[in-house]
Amino acid sequence: MIPVCRLADLPRGEAFRLDTKPPVVVFHTEDGEFYAIDDTCTHQDASLAEGWLEGCAVECPLHASKFDLRTGQADVPPARLPVRTHQVVIEGETIHLVLSDAVPNLPFAAGRGPVAGGAT
Amino acid sequence: MKSVAIVGASLAGLSAARALRKQGYAGRLLIIGEEAHRPYDRPPLSKEFLAGSIDEEALSLEAEDEDLGAQWLLGTRATALDGPSRTLGLDDGSTLRADGIVLATGASARELPGARRLPGVHLLRTLDDARALRRDLRGGGRLVVVGGGFVGAEVASTARGLGMDVTLVQSGPAPLAGVLGTAMGRAVSLLHVDHGVRMLCGTGVQGLTGTDRVSGVVLADGRTVPADIVVLGIGSRPCTDWLHGSSVALGDGVVCTAAGATSVPGVVAVGDCASWYDPLLGTGRRVEHWSGARDRAPAAVATLLSGGTAGGELPRPPYFWSDQYGVRIQFTGHTGPADSVAIEEGAVDDRSFLAVYRQAGRPVGALGVNRTRSFMRWRRQLAGARVPQQPAVL
Ligand SMILES: Cc1cc2nc3c(=O)[nH]c(=O)nc-3n(C[C@H](O)[C@H](O)[C@H](O)COP(=O)(O)OP(=O)(O)OC[C@H]3O[C@@H](n4cnc5c(N)ncnc54)[C@H](O)[C@@H]3O)c2cc1C
Ligand code: FES
Repeated sequence: MIPVCRLADLPRGEAFRLDTKPPVVVFHTEDGEFYAIDDTCTHQDASLAEGWLEGCAVECPLHASKFDLRTGQADVPPARLPVRTHQVVIEGETIHLVLSDAVPNLPFAAGRGPVAGGAT
Repeated sequence: MKSVAIVGASLAGLSAARALRKQGYAGRLLIIGEEAHRPYDRPPLSKEFLAGSIDEEALSLEAEDEDLGAQWLLGTRATALDGPSRTLGLDDGSTLRADGIVLATGASARELPGARRLPGVHLLRTLDDARALRRDLRGGGRLVVVGGGFVGAEVASTARGLGMDVTLVQSGPAPLAGVLGTAMGRAVSLLHVDHGVRMLCGTGVQGLTGTDRVSGVVLADGRTVPADIVVLGIGSRPCTDWLHGSSVALGDGVVCTAAGATSVPGVVAVGDCASWYDPLLGTGRRVEHWSGARDRAPAAVATLLSGGTAGGELPRPPYFWSDQYGVRIQFTGHTGPADSVAIEEGAVDDRSFLAVYRQAGRPVGALGVNRTRSFMRWRRQLAGARVPQQPAVL
């Protein structure tokens, strides 16, 4: 279990990004729930912590696929594969994470920018 | 409501079908689509799919095990609607009555007036168009893109990536000037210059040359630009011709309220074919963006199921993205010729900047070029600004 931050550091509607490898993001929804998923979109290299949180889904800041925070599934492409979900544990005043040991669905070119669009 | 027919089997139509089931509609559901294909995603047609880095399976909009309990009439075009009785005429000669109708027929690419469709000349709107263009691009050669919109700009980018010789011809002062304004259109089009695309701005096109195959593009000033392949990216028209005489009011697209109701009870419209009233603009606006086609469907469906009484929130401001030469271009909001625009972050010379558009000092739009994080802040800010300001505006 890894400590993330104090409860007070993550208000409702906000995200906390952890520089793990690969990075993980913890969301605190407007309804008061906590969810953790891999931070990198499964389509291209975009940070979901920068996305649009709505209910218990986050919309990718780039091509707008929406990931369900409970299952990691995307609603429509361009993202096709689910993001990995992790377990959030609150102990006292601290948020902790139990990282999933599943294989992450990282985009082909994560860290090297997008592959598409005919980059020369 | 016991039966609903959705006309148009693409993003807006599929999103409406999903929203119907999600909002508890359990009756008969028909989805009528002119294309023979199951719903697929269009944005990659000018990007990854055209480049050959993804295949057709990756375009599917449906989940693998998805079952909406719908009857699909694909390869079938609706040819007429009788509004008062909500009866559709189909191109196989049959008719079909439904309690509710969702118009989601999108838009089609404009043709060059008076020009013949010679081999080598392409439009890009459908999967079939993209397959044909992708095949032709594999042969290499000289590509001329006519038109200064996003689709043309993305085709130029993809074709450069494939090593082709590319010329971009367009009648306005700069590509994308219509959407982004002249100054930002110029700034973004520097990407083409950086990547060795020849740009001919401020010149219209008279016609095309060639007998068995296109050989060139004749400009308004009489010059001819040689071409092996020509892509016409000169805008789109809403697919609403079939609705003439239906009693559904038409303008630039289907005229709708701010929640998707048309002038005919029991008929709603959403996506590229629809012009929803925007209370902040005080007028209707046809928004041709992917996110609008998806995000407005639930509101249109709520309107349909409630008989028009569902209030609904204001939709989020329009948002679209474009990927060119590996650069991420994002725009949100609306802008008109009278707006001012200022770079708030970064610099055009670095091809990384954020610009904000203002109308009488009030922010109305934002453009991000490789600035995803701060762009999202502006997107939220503009969305937040919509609701509280509403009473003051009305
Ligand atoms: C090449 C390309 C690239 C794009 N890139 C981007 C991008 O990067 N970002 C972005 O935000 N947006 C982009 N867009 C726009 C985006 O794809 C559209 O906004 C979106 O597809 C609109 O969805 P829609 O369902 O309203 O209409 P459409 O996708 O146009 O679908 C309408 C469907 O209705 C069918 N139809 C029409 N008339 C009839 C009839 N009479 N009877 C039965 N069926 C009918 C059509 O055949 C079509 O299948 C792009 C579009 C194209 C073409
Ligand atoms: S990077 Fe997330 S949908 Fe494309």
